[in-house]
Amino acid sequence: MTRPGAIWREITKNLGRKPATVLYPKERLPVPPNFRGRPVFDPEKCVGCKICERDCPSGVITIEKIAEKTFACTFSLDRCIYCGQCADSCPRKAITMSQIFELATFQRAQLIDRKEGVPPKPKEDASSEETGKENQKE
Amino acid sequence: MSERLTLPIGPQHPLLKEPIHFRFTLDGETIVDADIRMGYNHRGIEKAAEERTYIQDLYMIERICGICSHTHATNFVQAVEKILNVEVPPRAKFLRTVVGELERIHSHLLWLGVAGHEIGFDTLFMVSWRDREIVMDLLEIITGNRVNYGMNTFGGVRKDMNQEEIDETLKGIKILEERTLYYEKVAREESTFIARVSGVGYLPKDIAIAYCAVGPTARGSGVNYDVRRDFPYAAYDQIPFQVITSERGDVLGRTLVRVGEIFESVKIIKYALKNLPEGPITARVPRKVPQGEATSRYEAPRGECIHYVRANGSEKPDRVKVRAPTMANLMSIRHCLLNQQVADIPIIIAAIDPCLSCTDRLILLKQAGEKEGEILTWEELRRRSIAKKPL
Repeated sequence: MTRPGAIWREITKNLGRKPATVLYPKERLPVPPNFRGRPVFDPEKCVGCKICERDCPSGVITIEKIAEKTFACTFSLDRCIYCGQCADSCPRKAITMSQIFELATFQRAQLIDRKEGVPPKPKEDASSEETGKENQKE
Repeated sequence: MSERLTLPIGPQHPLLKEPIHFRFTLDGETIVDADIRMGYNHRGIEKAAEERTYIQDLYMIERICGICSHTHATNFVQAVEKILNVEVPPRAKFLRTVVGELERIHSHLLWLGVAGHEIGFDTLFMVSWRDREIVMDLLEIITGNRVNYGMNTFGGVRKDMNQEEIDETLKGIKILEERTLYYEKVAREESTFIARVSGVGYLPKDIAIAYCAVGPTARGSGVNYDVRRDFPYAAYDQIPFQVITSERGDVLGRTLVRVGEIFESVKIIKYALKNLPEGPITARVPRKVPQGEATSRYEAPRGECIHYVRANGSEKPDRVKVRAPTMANLMSIRHCLLNQQVADIPIIIAAIDPCLSCTDRLILLKQAGEKEGEILTWEELRRRSIAKKPL
């Protein structure tokens, strides 16, 4: 049996329904716990194996050795695809995926995220020479 | 005989979502011939896959398609697992199936909206896309992303599902089932919808088989073929489901097949989540893949998708070949368009659910004066399709 207006019920229902969307900057939808946001580097856990650097599909990660057992990590987030493979690959869980997703910016340079580890202080007073070279891109 | 007119459409045209070129020969308002030219969207993904390691390829191949991303990732992973000869844990197989079926629901709801939009039934477009958000949210809860889920890894899946997520999924698909029942009623009863799509884009069964149509396009013409049943992968050999077909052969038939498949997907997900086996979700796999080659098939929402992988014993594949389902369905589109009206072009093209950037694979550059085509023998065709360099 065919009849016109089978969709009318839905249309009339919609009159009393609140909008399906939210007004974004005022109201933010929560992200689920599994969400893969901005990757976060924990220098204390890094052992410098560079597996993350090798596995990253878009070559985002650069791990540098700045002192004995101390590493610096640079994420070029402008080309990160947020797959989370680095977090999976890391044997020490030095990289984790956070819940941060609002990463839009007007300047590319702001998306280059460098974090350096502090060399261990006690025992030997290894002078922590802060390498000044910034954000090198390949 | 009246004068014939050639109507070019594309590569950039408001009715097209992606670049493709059509050249229609018209007799008045009737299409008497159609010519399809593609190749505007070639991304060189197969070549790029040879330059990266398997792990890196996995995420790149997932991005072949934004809608059926799980299709390509699972298919590639399956092919590599075949070469590696690893047995995937049963829980991982079920989880792959669950995500794959959720993806099918989201793709079919998206198609329903697009089809509604193309025939001027924008209410259907709005409501089906609103309901699609339910399944998108479920995918985000389960995998961590709305598209490009990153669910697969070699030897299993990356994320397990806890009880909370299972309950959430069952709750979500229950709402979806009710909504789909309503859409089916609309598709079967709404007389304006039926008048607009019945008899449009007719594809007889023998032509569908001759042109190797796949997926809902073929099943809408009565071809009873589904990779999930005929060549089961993942957990489909353990899950009961029906293959939906329609003998109508027109756009209405394809609509009914797709809406029916949403029900089947809901059933598969319910069954899989209730019978989810316990155990690990990944098997250990080596980084280097031994020499060998494998083909994998997967029933994507749009039809059968084929991946071919050849490994040379290193960390990088030697050759990756992808045959997206639209490639198979595009051949039948010309027949669908013949003797139809110009106003029906958008819905006929949309009815195969084309995804052109997944499809474009090769650009052939020819010099002026070169002969238009060539006839290949079967041996030559086979040689060209497999041989890049000897193993």
